[in-house]
Amino acid sequence: MKTLILKEIDDLIYGSLGIIVFISFFVGGVVAIQTALNIDNPLIPKYLVGFATRQSVILEFAPTFTSIIMAGKVGSYITSSIGTMRVTEQIDALEVMGINALNYLVFPKIIALMLYPFIIAIAMYLGIFGGWVAAVFGNYSTSAEFVQGIQVDFKDFHVIYAFTKTIIFAFILATIPAFYGFYMKGGALEVGKASTTSFVWTSVVIIIVNYIITQMMLG
Amino acid sequence: MIVVEDLHKSFGNVEILKGISTVFDKGKTNLIIGQSGSGKTVFLKSLLGLHTPDQGKIIYDGKVYSELNDDEKRNLRQEMGMVFQGSALFDSMNVEENVMFPLKMFTDKEYDEMKERVDFVLKRVNLKNAHTKYPAELSGGMQKRVAIARAIVNNPKYLFCDEPNSGLDPKTAILIDNLIQEITKEYNITTVINTHDMNSVMEIGEKIIFLKDGHKEWEGTNNEIFKTNNEAVTNFVYSSDLFKKVRQMYIEERD
Repeated sequence: MKTLILKEIDDLIYGSLGIIVFISFFVGGVVAIQTALNIDNPLIPKYLVGFATRQSVILEFAPTFTSIIMAGKVGSYITSSIGTMRVTEQIDALEVMGINALNYLVFPKIIALMLYPFIIAIAMYLGIFGGWVAAVFGNYSTSAEFVQGIQVDFKDFHVIYAFTKTIIFAFILATIPAFYGFYMKGGALEVGKASTTSFVWTSVVIIIVNYIITQMMLG
Repeated sequence: MIVVEDLHKSFGNVEILKGISTVFDKGKTNLIIGQSGSGKTVFLKSLLGLHTPDQGKIIYDGKVYSELNDDEKRNLRQEMGMVFQGSALFDSMNVEENVMFPLKMFTDKEYDEMKERVDFVLKRVNLKNAHTKYPAELSGGMQKRVAIARAIVNNPKYLFCDEPNSGLDPKTAILIDNLIQEITKEYNITTVINTHDMNSVMEIGEKIIFLKDGHKEWEGTNNEIFKTNNEAVTNFVYSSDLFKKVRQMYIEERD
């Protein structure tokens, strides 16, 4: 089981770092630029660019937007890999051997995705860093103003809120795609359909759960 | 020995198995034959415990499957080996890892001991120098050999094979059939093979059960099947021109 968990960490977490780094950096940059471009009033302080970037990235872009991307990447991978095992009778082979196939295939994925908050922490850091790069090198604000914005009115609870929903999203990312893969019927075409359906439902559930948690914790 | 008593299985309103009773003998290759849709696969999967029968009993050497608790069922399943139609080898594992898998899961053996056993069974199925290859790199015949090796590596008491030679050329198919029969005798296993291949029937059919529309139409040996007057069996057996000619020759010889 230890080997399986390590393999899943490699596939699901380590294998996702590249896309997360890329997306977070540029999304953070775009948030900073958009904020800066929309500040017309000279009375609004320039540090607002840093403040808005921090809030947007920590509260929504890193945990929620990244999870939607991961529903496509990790979710499709989980559904198609388990679905392929189903159509090629590999799951039947496990069950005939007396192995609890659901536990054997899904449990390591759930455990591996408990490291998902580390990805989100990286996404938060890189998102804000991307905002700083865009703001400073695009001459939208100075480095000092941006850093001041990052620090102003910082609430620890916002980070707790972000990581609470990240853990719940991780569980959703592991279980819904696994469900669609494990209980699928048919052949190769149905594996593709199951991957699409699992992406849609994982995204829908993440968005609804995001709303509920936000209402409960911040509302 | 596996005893089946009055086995029924339905999916929705469609009754697939309609009261099958039979005995699969130990140390023999028992064949289940019949046309597509006759219920062979459902019957085999019911024997494996992958389908729960609606009615009837399956008794493995005195143990009634439906009366066992989950742990006992799991233990019993560890005594079963299965060769799937498509081999069902784990794509992410190489040949050695595939064959070693049941040993890793169910024994406390050290790696060297498991490796020795894996080498032995791979040699037994005439597969050499393939330890590090992945299933996708193997031919259909080699995949079947690996599947057989994986099925017998943990010394099963029962071996089940679903269409073991489908998709193979006739020569390889006969080699696989003979290999299964040799292993059955060597380890005194109760082997049940699901097939519609008449070559298999002729080569290794020590006991044959013919299914038609979900019930047992006929049972006998490979010698008896060519002499039976059962119309459904003769229609199935002599559906090809080759076997029609064989039957004609047999009748002419007899008369």
